[in-house]
Amino acid sequence: MTEPSAVLARPPLPDDGDLDLLLLIRHFELALLDLFGQGLLAGTTHTCLGQEYVPVSLRPLLGADDFVFSNHRGHGHYLARFEDPAGLLAEIMGREGAVCRGVGGSQHVYRDRYMSTGVQGESLPVATGVALHLKNTSPGALACAFIGDGTWGEGAVYEALNIASLWRLPLLVVVENNGIAQSTPTARQMAGTVAARAEAFGARHHRVDTTDIGVIRDELAPLVSEVRLENRPLVVEFATHRLGPHSKGDDTRPRDAVREAEAHDWYRRYAQADAGRFARADEIQRDRVAAIVREISARPLSRWEPCG
Amino acid sequence: MRVAENLNAALHGVLEADPAAYVIGEDILDPYGGAFKITKGLSSRFPGRVLGTPISEAGITGLAAGLALCGDTAIVEIMFGDFVALAFDQIVNFAAKSCSMYGTRVPMRMVVRCPTGGGRGYGPTHSQSLQKHFIGVPGLSVYEMSPLHDNRAVMNAMLASGEPSVFFEDKVLYTRRMYDVPDPFRSDMIPAGHTGPGVARVFLDDPEEADCVIIAPGGMVDRVTRAMRALLLDHEITCCLYVPSRLYPFDPFDLTDSGARAVGAGRLGPALRRARAVLVVEEGTAGGTWGSEVAHQIHRLMWRDLRRPVAQVNSVGSVIPAAAHLESAVLVGESTIYDAVLEALRD
Repeated sequence: MTEPSAVLARPPLPDDGDLDLLLLIRHFELALLDLFGQGLLAGTTHTCLGQEYVPVSLRPLLGADDFVFSNHRGHGHYLARFEDPAGLLAEIMGREGAVCRGVGGSQHVYRDRYMSTGVQGESLPVATGVALHLKNTSPGALACAFIGDGTWGEGAVYEALNIASLWRLPLLVVVENNGIAQSTPTARQMAGTVAARAEAFGARHHRVDTTDIGVIRDELAPLVSEVRLENRPLVVEFATHRLGPHSKGDDTRPRDAVREAEAHDWYRRYAQADAGRFARADEIQRDRVAAIVREISARPLSRWEPCG
Repeated sequence: MRVAENLNAALHGVLEADPAAYVIGEDILDPYGGAFKITKGLSSRFPGRVLGTPISEAGITGLAAGLALCGDTAIVEIMFGDFVALAFDQIVNFAAKSCSMYGTRVPMRMVVRCPTGGGRGYGPTHSQSLQKHFIGVPGLSVYEMSPLHDNRAVMNAMLASGEPSVFFEDKVLYTRRMYDVPDPFRSDMIPAGHTGPGVARVFLDDPEEADCVIIAPGGMVDRVTRAMRALLLDHEITCCLYVPSRLYPFDPFDLTDSGARAVGAGRLGPALRRARAVLVVEEGTAGGTWGSEVAHQIHRLMWRDLRRPVAQVNSVGSVIPAAAHLESAVLVGESTIYDAVLEALRD
């Protein structure tokens, strides 16, 4: 038996609120895959299994004035911001009470300075414009954009980063580097590093290797403050792991690669850290999501008039 | 007043009236003032809201969309309209869709300006008229600059719509005079049925008594009116030219004086019904064109009333060559229109 490195050492359980949110996202995503498996969901979804701690750790670092841009893998980002599993599930299922009446679905959600879009790299230039607006109208607020390692293949990312750095805009780029872009390992789609890319534009870069929420917040709090106070873009790169398929049932990774990802799963380690407390919290969130699934499934279909 | 001055004044007007308005583009700052000098004086008067950018069409169009998303007004200059292809994703997949894809109306006060068209020998990637690629996009309006429409009114209409617009500006118009119509023609304006600029009309005596109706965007006005004059002098053929400012969505009832709309479909106004021929003229190359959309709409409403199908006049389906003699053989010119009218009227 090899003992995990210091980085992987068992962290204490996070606070109840954080643990509940982590588990809410986990069970929400599992429920979606289950609904797909039963043929009860149409379309597509991209779950953030394994990456739930990223938006949860950022939650207290972002305020209501900040504008958050999410991407295709955005359920965790939304739930961490609003804790509204019913509205999001209704959106994904096209039921009454949907955040966007079922028009946007899984990857196009807009609510109170939170927006997700489904085209890679598209949000960064938009976030740059929002950052310019915020700098001029509400100093101290920032625009935050979640992207993946695969997103760096898009030219728009570089155009935006160049402008944000040149014009000193409060832009926070959160890279969820899960080592794989759909089915393509990062090593096969990215030359160089995210750090060097940020450096090339004079943007600050910070890499997060831990899943410990407390440590992450301690590391990032002063850096995020600098984005607000100095109007300087920051690229935070989370070295993270995608446990599930890119979408649903399309995981072609070798079993070893999945096992490696699972070894980094916060869920497993927290379960071991305090089995009793974890199990109780886990059961509560599992039941909560199951009840929401039952309730939303019984709702009437959402209504919307086609328009341009 | 030259068209360029009118457009420049319109931009000054927008920035003056709206403290949340931005003009964004490459090389638009003073003293250069833009490749075609349309933004002259803006950055000196409104520093901080006139932004000279890197060469990043996708980036700056997305940036404008971000400002618009926050309630600001954003006008982007694409140096040559050909380069708007680089911003296609931001316009079509982001700005236009954001108005409706989140289930409720999200207003976007945003205009993408595109200096457009040939006739200046700039060659295949600096001479195109890309309007057709933006036709039929839900949530996106397409406008074209015209010497018969005040640009301030057009700019205000585009912004007031709350949807992004692409504004095509035929480069050859910049040095032309506003409201200049050759003798013996005169022009008037049909007020718009929708909230927006009306349709300009150029005619001889009675606009409803013309042998031929021509529908064309602003960039064609000069060439069409010269052809109309030659047709009148050579053949005593009378034409009435309709110039919509908004090309898409296109409402054929906008060609009709108020009142006719209420009468309903099939009553598109006497001018179109009495004309012996209807033509749509545009500089874009043949195939999948704005003119096809216009022709289809007119056919659908008044197929039985038309003496013959709407004729379309386009540039040749070709790249646009640089050498003057080759370029003129590809682009729609005065003689192309002249010949097309005679052909359409041949019984």
